[in-house]
Amino acid sequence: MRFEMRMNYMQDVQLFKYRSTAVWYSLLILLILLAPVMLETYWISLLNMVGIYIIASLGLNLLSGYTGQVSLGHAALFGIGAYSSAILTVTLKLSFWLALPMSGLIAAIVGVVIGLPALRLKGLYFAISTMGFGFIVEEIIIQWESLTNGVNGFLVNRPSIGSFEFSTDESYYYIVFFLVIIVTIIFQNILRTPTGRAFIAIRDSEIAAESMGINLAAFKTKAFGISAFFTGVSGALFAHFMLFIGPENFDLMVSISFLVMILVGGMGSVHGSVFGAIFVAVLPEMISLSKDYIPDIIAEQAGLEAAVYGLILLLFIRFEPLGLYGRWLKIKFYFEHFPYYKKDTFKRVRKFYRREMQ
Amino acid sequence: MFVQQLMNGFAMGSIYAIVAIGFVLIYKSTEVVNFAQGELMMVGAFITYTCVSYLQLSFWIALPITMIIMAIFGSIIERIVLRPLVGEAAFVIVMATIGLAIFLRSAAGMIWGYDTYSFKTGFSDVPVQLGSYVLSTSHISVIGVTIILIVCLHLFFTRTKMGISMEAVSQNQFAAFLMGIGVKKVFSRIWAISAIVAALGGILLTPIQFLNYNMGFIGLKAFPAAVLGGFGSIPGAIIGGIIIGVSESLAGVYLNDGFKDIFAWLILIVVLLIKPEGIFGTHQQKRV
Repeated sequence: MRFEMRMNYMQDVQLFKYRSTAVWYSLLILLILLAPVMLETYWISLLNMVGIYIIASLGLNLLSGYTGQVSLGHAALFGIGAYSSAILTVTLKLSFWLALPMSGLIAAIVGVVIGLPALRLKGLYFAISTMGFGFIVEEIIIQWESLTNGVNGFLVNRPSIGSFEFSTDESYYYIVFFLVIIVTIIFQNILRTPTGRAFIAIRDSEIAAESMGINLAAFKTKAFGISAFFTGVSGALFAHFMLFIGPENFDLMVSISFLVMILVGGMGSVHGSVFGAIFVAVLPEMISLSKDYIPDIIAEQAGLEAAVYGLILLLFIRFEPLGLYGRWLKIKFYFEHFPYYKKDTFKRVRKFYRREMQ
Repeated sequence: MFVQQLMNGFAMGSIYAIVAIGFVLIYKSTEVVNFAQGELMMVGAFITYTCVSYLQLSFWIALPITMIIMAIFGSIIERIVLRPLVGEAAFVIVMATIGLAIFLRSAAGMIWGYDTYSFKTGFSDVPVQLGSYVLSTSHISVIGVTIILIVCLHLFFTRTKMGISMEAVSQNQFAAFLMGIGVKKVFSRIWAISAIVAALGGILLTPIQFLNYNMGFIGLKAFPAAVLGGFGSIPGAIIGGIIIGVSESLAGVYLNDGFKDIFAWLILIVVLLIKPEGIFGTHQQKRV
């Protein structure tokens, strides 16, 4: 067990609780920087997807995990970010470095405009109306052919500085992970401000938060806007990574996979978002790699990936609803309190009366 | 033309209404928002398809077999997937049903294949002349079955002991439990009934839209229907379904391409903005 001495109030909000944590994270960043030297291109392009998903999953976690508003339409914001960046760079010939923040802003503006009315709705109704929003945006992308090229899709370029083009996955990887680190730091900082604490208060109890003087509508809109911004940036990165985007990249299944990320990783935690993003990006690759080892009759099924996906989701919810990060915390707790761990230490409280959806 | 589209919309709306009733039944008594309702519909239709096409049974024998299998299937799902999650956060349960939906869809693809199928229903598909309008019997049968279903459900919930205990559970699980109602039994029965209702929807939809492993996506359209009706009321779900069906069918004719598919969602968002608890919803008191 580790004991800490509280010397001043700032200790409660510092970025790293212990000095050792800071050391471990700097080692992690070093490892991230060295990855392209050590790994093959296949793994680097997978890591690119992981990085893009991390940003999106942080964005959704801010809204759903921290503020408690479950959105089933984040693929739409992801798509808006992707198409904004594509249109700004290809059609309007703007630089990628300008288009990237702008596409985030466009997604945030759309998010706020849509979010303002939607946030009047509670729980379930909010989730279903965001799902509707997702369908509407997908249809707009298909129908507005002069702008988005409809179902034929849109060709996008990789960004460049001067004459250097980030055409390889290795070079693009540095852009992605630079942004992942920036976004994570911004995210951590938002959580430490009064705004971030207000988000968490809203999640835990809207009425309690309101009576503490938190303006629900304003803070929910803020949460939606910031979340949309992150998701939009991640969408822009996705567009320039894939080089080709179409409406099918932004359908309901993508929204669901974002939710799976935060659920499997861990609701309301930064680590959880990262774990979840890794999980969702790596799972299809693992399934296709394992196809050699399972009987042909199963391996040849086209729906195998989706079936495994659904099954894993069910198993996670049944056996580890706190997600991978929750499991990690439990393991850590076990070793820190070695002989004192009891089976019911993490038993959750269940409620058996009618309540709001959270 | 207008009246013709109105009648087509009415038939489609009846199917949305049937699926929406399935949602509402489960939501009312177990507070689970079941995203797999459309998949239950698809599985039900596939079971009938198997009975009719492979086992060469007559449709009228296949129908009760399907209903029995679906009742068992619904109870099994409740027992395995949902009962362990009673009392968890609603979002977690929603994600469980989404996982179930994804799993059922791909499993159905593996078992029955990815083509579109059809089977002969008991209702022969001949056009019927109604004055100057033409309506196929499959559309009429949809509307007829919906009406019968509504009457049966109404009688079940008001006249039988099981129905009344379901109503009690929907009002307060804990109080119902203390009054000696077997809440577990009620949950499992309600899933069975809901699965049967979904299967009926699937069987009725097959002559109109063909049978496909992706058919469950129609189930998503039943969400606007259920929400419009307030998500807790069966008459609301029926009216919501018909509003969605009719307006969608009219939008397909009078508006540009693409509006047909999203019109249900547009209506949903507009209605929720004006009346956030749906047309028939009652404002719920919040517990602090």
